[in-house]
Amino acid sequence: MDWTGVGISLLKAFLVFFGVVNTVPVLVWAERRGSAFIQHRLGPNRVNIGGFTLLGLVQPLADVVKFVWKEDYVPAHANRAFYVLAPVLLLVPAAMTFAVIPFADDIVVAGRQITMQVADLNIGILYVFALASLSVYGIVLAGWASNNKYSLLGGIRSSAQMISYELALGLSVVGILMIYGSVQLDDIVHGQGEHLFGFLPKWGVVTQPLAFILFLAAVFAESNRLPFDLPEAENELVVGYHTEYSAMKFAIFFMAEYMAMVTGAMLIVTLFFGGWQIPWVESAELQAAVGAIPAALLQLGSFSAKLLFFLWLFIWVRWTLPRFRYDQLMRLGWKMILPLALANVFVTGLVLYFT
Amino acid sequence: MSGVAIAFWVLAAVAVVTSLLVITSRNPVASVLYLVITFFCLAGLFVTLHSHFLAAIQVLVYAGAIMVLFLFVVMLLNLGTPQWFDVAGTPVKFAALVLGVGFVGALVAAGVGDFEPGASGPAAGVDPDVLGSTEAIASALYSAYYLPFLVTALLLLVAMVGAVVLARRER
Repeated sequence: MDWTGVGISLLKAFLVFFGVVNTVPVLVWAERRGSAFIQHRLGPNRVNIGGFTLLGLVQPLADVVKFVWKEDYVPAHANRAFYVLAPVLLLVPAAMTFAVIPFADDIVVAGRQITMQVADLNIGILYVFALASLSVYGIVLAGWASNNKYSLLGGIRSSAQMISYELALGLSVVGILMIYGSVQLDDIVHGQGEHLFGFLPKWGVVTQPLAFILFLAAVFAESNRLPFDLPEAENELVVGYHTEYSAMKFAIFFMAEYMAMVTGAMLIVTLFFGGWQIPWVESAELQAAVGAIPAALLQLGSFSAKLLFFLWLFIWVRWTLPRFRYDQLMRLGWKMILPLALANVFVTGLVLYFT
Repeated sequence: MSGVAIAFWVLAAVAVVTSLLVITSRNPVASVLYLVITFFCLAGLFVTLHSHFLAAIQVLVYAGAIMVLFLFVVMLLNLGTPQWFDVAGTPVKFAALVLGVGFVGALVAAGVGDFEPGASGPAAGVDPDVLGSTEAIASALYSAYYLPFLVTALLLLVAMVGAVVLARRER
């Protein structure tokens, strides 16, 4: 058995998971700072270590302490088994999705080719969609098991919303798959390294601008973020499906939401913004110029910079736009995004056929 | 035992146990979730057969979409109290037992006991990595089987139009 290969795979899995999990508290901090900045408020300015608030970065630490020590309360009428199971069902798919995202180009170290993604599956993007379609169970079960009418309404809303927007999510990507001729994310990223007319990077957003807009809307709906956070609309449903949850169980819902955000942003970057590609720099030339490992780190930096921009976009949108009404959400999904995505597939097919 | 055989027996055992739990558990929500686990095991079995695309579709469509709708309906109806359509009478149970034993008997008679998972791979000259890939299935669907594929698509379209007509509000 190839133990070095197994070791490298385990290391990659650990590093990716570690990175993503630690993005969550940073994102929570960015969300607090961002909301304060956008809405002209104060933001986290009280929690401090010896007088230093570190721009509010101590706040996530205080949050964690609070989550761990709070009473873990299960309502008397809740269905206990499902109540406990629900957060787990939400977190597990959210934590598994990152396995197929490529973070840098393949490198060759000591004669061994190392792919910079945890698992190079030949079904690629389908794996992401399959897992994303499972995350709805956690929300629905949480709503049902809490035995609270607001929670139930939130759960039911989310199941309808997520199924509706999954279609939009899948269909808007079809154009990309047609242009780059693969469902594997690393092939799609490689395809985006070429240039159009000699200077324009052949990124997905250039070749498929409409698909990008539709995908962006669907990602917002899938991750239950404003302006599509109907499952937890606090002025109608208290906070929807996680009304009855407290302590670490609530924290897990919180984490899963932020991880879904990271997944969405990673998919946007990978499919539409060239993934780890650095514009106008050929991957092979870069590796020849600075060596394999520094090249991979530079590409990881490129990926992270794009990722951080889209994570900021999520926060920016949340604190800028008002929430949709539920019927508007459904109308947008089924009567606008879905037909436009179908038309996009048709036009892409025509263009590919005649060129 | 090879890795494929171990995977097969584990997945098959879990699939059989959970599908029994689907029909025996009292809570309909639990039934739905057990069925989701069964579908997962089926997807795992597809992976052992090199059908990665089919496995992903199994999870995406059955576990991820259809069962969510089932769960949705079960939760809204709030089942749990006995209904007139519950099939729990003694004659029904007896008939189910006879049919079940007969089915297992038929399987054994057909030689299921000699089955060895992973013993026969894909036909000679077929690359197992290509066999069930997205490309292979797509090229088969859109060339050799394009007519059945189109007919299925048309059938689904008819069903969809029918559903829309039925669900439309009277004006």
